[in-house]
Amino acid sequence: MSQVSVRKVDIAFGSVPVLEQLDLEVAPGEFLVLLGPSGCGKSTLLNAIAGLLDVSRGQVWIGDRNVTWAEPKDRGIAMVFQSYALYPQMTVAQNMGFGLKIAGRPREEVDRRVREAAAMLQLTTLLGRKPAALSGGQRQRVAIGRALVRDVGVFLFDEPLSNLDAQLRNELRVEIKRLHQQLGTTMIYVTHDQIEALTLADRIAVMKDRTIQQLATPEEIYLRPANRFVAGFVGSPAMNFHAGAIEAGKSGPAFRRGELSLPLPDRFRDAGGAVELGIRPEHIVIGTGADALPAAVEMVEPMGAETLVWARVADEPFSLRVEHTVKLRPGDRIDLSFPGENVHVFRAGTGKRL
Amino acid sequence: MAGFRWKTGTVAAAIALLPTACVVLFLFVGGTGWAALVSLTSSKMLANWNFVGFQQYATLFSNPRWLTSLANMVIFGLTYIGSTLVVGFLLAIFLDQRVKGESVFRTIFLYSYATSFIVVGLVWRWIFNPGMGIQDVVRDLGFASFTFDWIVNQRMAIFTIVIAAIWHGAGLVMVIALAGIRGVDAEIWKALKVDGVPAWRAYLHVILPTVRGSILTAAVLMMIGVVRLYDLVVAMTNGGPGSATEVPAKFIVDNLFERQNIGLATAASTSLLVMLLAVIVPWLLLGNARRRSRA
Amino acid sequence: MSAGAIVPEGPRPRHFGWARLGIYAFLIVAALFFLFPLYVMVLTSLKPMAEIRMGGLLAWPSDPTVEPWIKAWTSACTGLRCEGLRVGFWNSVIITIPSAVLAILLGMINGYALSFWRVPWANWMFAILMFGTFIPYQVLFYPLVRIASTLGLFGNLGGIVFVQVVFALPVMTLLFRNYYASLPEELFKAARVDGAGFWRTWFSIMLPLSGPMLVVACILKVTNTWNDYILGLIFAGRDNLPMTVQLNNMVNSTLGEREYNMEMAATLLTALVPLVIYFVSGRWFVRGIAAGAVKG
Repeated sequence: MSQVSVRKVDIAFGSVPVLEQLDLEVAPGEFLVLLGPSGCGKSTLLNAIAGLLDVSRGQVWIGDRNVTWAEPKDRGIAMVFQSYALYPQMTVAQNMGFGLKIAGRPREEVDRRVREAAAMLQLTTLLGRKPAALSGGQRQRVAIGRALVRDVGVFLFDEPLSNLDAQLRNELRVEIKRLHQQLGTTMIYVTHDQIEALTLADRIAVMKDRTIQQLATPEEIYLRPANRFVAGFVGSPAMNFHAGAIEAGKSGPAFRRGELSLPLPDRFRDAGGAVELGIRPEHIVIGTGADALPAAVEMVEPMGAETLVWARVADEPFSLRVEHTVKLRPGDRIDLSFPGENVHVFRAGTGKRL
Repeated sequence: MAGFRWKTGTVAAAIALLPTACVVLFLFVGGTGWAALVSLTSSKMLANWNFVGFQQYATLFSNPRWLTSLANMVIFGLTYIGSTLVVGFLLAIFLDQRVKGESVFRTIFLYSYATSFIVVGLVWRWIFNPGMGIQDVVRDLGFASFTFDWIVNQRMAIFTIVIAAIWHGAGLVMVIALAGIRGVDAEIWKALKVDGVPAWRAYLHVILPTVRGSILTAAVLMMIGVVRLYDLVVAMTNGGPGSATEVPAKFIVDNLFERQNIGLATAASTSLLVMLLAVIVPWLLLGNARRRSRA
Repeated sequence: MSAGAIVPEGPRPRHFGWARLGIYAFLIVAALFFLFPLYVMVLTSLKPMAEIRMGGLLAWPSDPTVEPWIKAWTSACTGLRCEGLRVGFWNSVIITIPSAVLAILLGMINGYALSFWRVPWANWMFAILMFGTFIPYQVLFYPLVRIASTLGLFGNLGGIVFVQVVFALPVMTLLFRNYYASLPEELFKAARVDGAGFWRTWFSIMLPLSGPMLVVACILKVTNTWNDYILGLIFAGRDNLPMTVQLNNMVNSTLGEREYNMEMAATLLTALVPLVIYFVSGRWFVRGIAAGAVKG
């Protein structure tokens, strides 16, 4: 049984459709990340689950209840926002307890739960402060604390780390992961940051143009992207892409583009026609194997532990990632091999993985 | 070369600011000081420099008309600022409920603010006219003994001016309040919904405190308006009946230009300034201190 | 809502709520309160005196006439002269145009100099200028009268324009200072690198960008000047009394029977210019008063 279930949901703003016929099942205790570029509908989907946006068709289930028409407060959810959305005139403790107070819970219970949540997030010393007297990271912890206090089955995060600087983002990311392991609650997390998605998620739903492009584990998405978009969106530095065609050669299928001819594994034997070839920079290997092709180094970008090398193979540009110990200079000649298991081929036009 | 040009630029900027600097120095600072000095003399129709200490102030604060004016200003100020804030904020809150025709309502609530106080005063005087105004309308409906003669009633006349002033100024508060409410982060509203906070509590506990700055601004603006209040009274009641609607600004203008009592008028205006500052400065400092402690 | 009992498929049904009805009821009642004086003014101005004497403030005119309007415009007595409000109208026009041009020009240059140039005493000047907004007009009347008469600027057109500009300086300066401060400073630095001086930078870079604030300032200043009463009364002199002063004289110096219809027509005529500005400019007017309101 799913904890959260979105069934054939349509959402439109006026006459502009934002989500169409969208299905999504989230298992209990799962950490699901909705990943996509801005405008893909990921936040809309989250808001629909929260009840902050009405669906125009379809159903939303949380637990075993159909909550399509239920108010947000009755859905058993808590939410953390990008701008923290703390009530500016209330102290940290009041912020965290406000929902329970409104719900008419006894004071002792509110106090106890606020204290528990505060302890979990190391906020105890800050309980008397107002949001303006907190740093960005502390504010977001308070916002998470406010969600914790609600004691619900589903946590919704709407780009919670996007307003923070890089270092704080890393710290809080770890904190959120720790919380998830500790609490075991279902979490749905919206982000456009693939690092957050890959590090946090049990499963990632990559979204674009109102639909889910791929819903799979981070590993699956990284290793076997379902289409050209997912392949290009996930992974940094970005995958190399070259449009061309698959031709059946003497020694098996090969990818061809101008002078470039790249042998492909046998599984592409029957896939003729126009395609797009993709390979990640970290999967191209220097100077090994009989299939290696000669290349000329054009440019070198040191990135610390690794170096990004731009090279041309048969006049086509490729980028590859090498250890920082590998010293290369523009003009150097090297041999490159493209391991077949890491080569992705997408159908031109549809972008579907072959 | 660049350094040289930079310098000439600053000189040009200083020259450009010079006219305003003169106005500030000679009129605002010098004028205020001059008026304060004159208030210490026995000046009547013509100013003289015969200093008599605080004698004018003693005369002033034993002058029943001045005391009535001050009392009226306080009554007017409290009721006017209070009700205008409440009405303006209510209008803004109700307009914030995604109503149809919001812009039509907004236009209606604000147009009165574009008109002169003289216009406002004359039309409300006509409406409050006991012979042919509202009283007459209600009597025609069959309530023969209905009485609504506030404008000629010693005790109530000041409130007719309050009503006219609310009609004129509530739109301004509405605009300021609506801008404040609309400036509240959309995610705060979402958080309130997730927390299940009913609308009235959301406004009272979260939104209203958040737009406190707007309230302060509106209140200070209106306070200055209260001290300057003159045109409306002149057009509506001319201070009457009796001295029921006399206000300090009118006292000063009358003494300055009609009664030829410059010493008394400047004493009145100086005390007015001191009183205004005594109210506004601590308030602003308090607001600033609060803002700083939050930042 | 009981779980699973109903299976919602479509959008959430919109219930007719008492709350919504209450919201609209409140807004409509408020709208009636605000429209009421306008309604009374227009109706009264179109009724002959005979009809007004019969009462019925709210009644539709049975015999509408524009006579009061014509009389108010051309022949009503404002004090000793009986040439109607048109005299005051033109006086107001003649006062408003130079006051607005001068005040806006000064405000613009002040705002520009204050936001981009570092004149040592400028911040002090600005602080006192802002403080000036708190000084009640009346405090400055006596010194102003004396200074203005020394300068030959009392009781004539120059006098009223002078005073109108002086009292508008704080708001106009603030308006443009805030506006220029919102522009990217890089723009100014780029001009400086290109070798443009104070006036050149203002004229070639800042002035072309000032359009929106110019409109706002214009609306604000024209409306304020048009609606002024006390400054015109004191400083304009007998031959230049603005429309508001003439209107009040007309109404308050009447001997014998009061012609309410003509008074209301005259009141409407006086309100016409700002109201037209308001209805035509719409959002710009709101921006103006909002910008003018957000002080310090």
